[in-house]
Amino acid sequence: MQSPHETGATGVASASASGPALTAEALVRAFGGRRAVNGVSLTLHEGACLALFGPNGAGKTTLLRLLGGLLKPTTGTTRLHGQPLPGDAETRRLVGLISHHAMLYPALSVRENVRFAAECQGVIAADDATTRVLTQLRVLDRADTAVRFLSRGLQQRVSIARALVHGPQLVLLDEPYTGLDETGALALTDALGALKANGATLVLVTHNLSEGLALATHSAIMQSGRFVDEQPVSPSGFDVPGYQAKYRALVHEGLA
Amino acid sequence: MSAVPTGATHKAPSYLADAWRIARKDLLIEFRTRSAFLAATVFAVLAVVIFRFTWDPTAIPAMDLAPGVLWVIFTFSGLLGLNRSFGLELAERAYDGLLASQLSREAIFTGKVIANLVFVMCVQALALPAVALFFDLPVGPSWWIIVGIVLLASLGLSAVGTLFAAIASNTRLAELLLPMMTLPFFVPLVIPAAQATAVVLRGQPIADGMAWLKVLLAFDLVFVSACIVVFPFTIEE
Repeated sequence: MQSPHETGATGVASASASGPALTAEALVRAFGGRRAVNGVSLTLHEGACLALFGPNGAGKTTLLRLLGGLLKPTTGTTRLHGQPLPGDAETRRLVGLISHHAMLYPALSVRENVRFAAECQGVIAADDATTRVLTQLRVLDRADTAVRFLSRGLQQRVSIARALVHGPQLVLLDEPYTGLDETGALALTDALGALKANGATLVLVTHNLSEGLALATHSAIMQSGRFVDEQPVSPSGFDVPGYQAKYRALVHEGLA
Repeated sequence: MSAVPTGATHKAPSYLADAWRIARKDLLIEFRTRSAFLAATVFAVLAVVIFRFTWDPTAIPAMDLAPGVLWVIFTFSGLLGLNRSFGLELAERAYDGLLASQLSREAIFTGKVIANLVFVMCVQALALPAVALFFDLPVGPSWWIIVGIVLLASLGLSAVGTLFAAIASNTRLAELLLPMMTLPFFVPLVIPAAQATAVVLRGQPIADGMAWLKVLLAFDLVFVSACIVVFPFTIEE
């Protein structure tokens, strides 16, 4: 197999004794004549978390949709545990998607929304799983409230519960901290930390470098559809201020 | 530790159970909000009243006019529900959650068709007696045959309408596009339905309308199957 650099693609690669959980090879997605994602490759193993940074319009959300199988790439492939995405039901079931859209039905209650998501993913004990994840995200006390009566922050927590209720092994997060208060942010960090510890692979898109780097095992900066920087994140001793300065230099000052 | 969950906690998708799950969710949302149902019912009753007061009973017998009135009302009131079918999925992009789940695209479509069919039948359950009342139609055992005709035609109408609603929902002019796209396809459905209804209302033997019923059945078989096959291609981005 060609390396990302041989294909002209930019890429991230995590290391592990087991096989890769998520691989993307030279992903390209064009809208008309414009390439929103332009030759991105990555390999992430179980328990890895890629924090993806970049300015608006860099192609981060498009890359997430490609990784989740919601968009078909113009060229390139995405594989989850060796199976192509979107793939069969069993492969799709391994994906959890959190977006800045709530992805909820406002007329249904919190419990109905999350249980519906659990049932759609084939969770056998959907009621128990719903109660468990609502407890974890600290919204169980609002379980019987219709989603339209919740604040944006609480809706975001329910949206996260909906995405995690089936125990996904690949979690794609697009600005998940948007609208969350401190309690919500803490609950989300705890939930993602637990998922990561259980071997789930995370791809986290955010504009907040500190939040992203807190969970990350790898980081990448994306601009104009390509990775312009990628590096491993050490759990101790990572130079966050230095990384912020590098991000500013690459993105804001156009030194990429 | 393997990250892949074991099969013990999850069950494989089941086409009919998944379709019913989607339909039940859509119907529950409609039951809670009643927005499309109220709009469709008000439209149906208003249309019956308008047709009634513009009708000259000395010029056209009720038996000749009523089938046409019935099917014009059914078609346009059905469109009001179809428009909403995918609108509720796109408002908060809940549709992405469905597409990323283990549900098959075909099950999602079938669920939407079932929900739309129930919606259309509920509107018709109110419109049918209203037409009978305002046009003084004889009510007898033959009404069960009309219910059968309505069911056959509504199935085709829901399948074709749901497919086009999915296509139109991603455009900015969904409410304008949907009738423009669907109405030409409804013509081969509405004509045999109206003709078969007229046969029943005139008190003729059902054998006289059998040819129209066969057209309805053939439409359903061809278009329901075709729509299920085509639907997954309409949602590819």
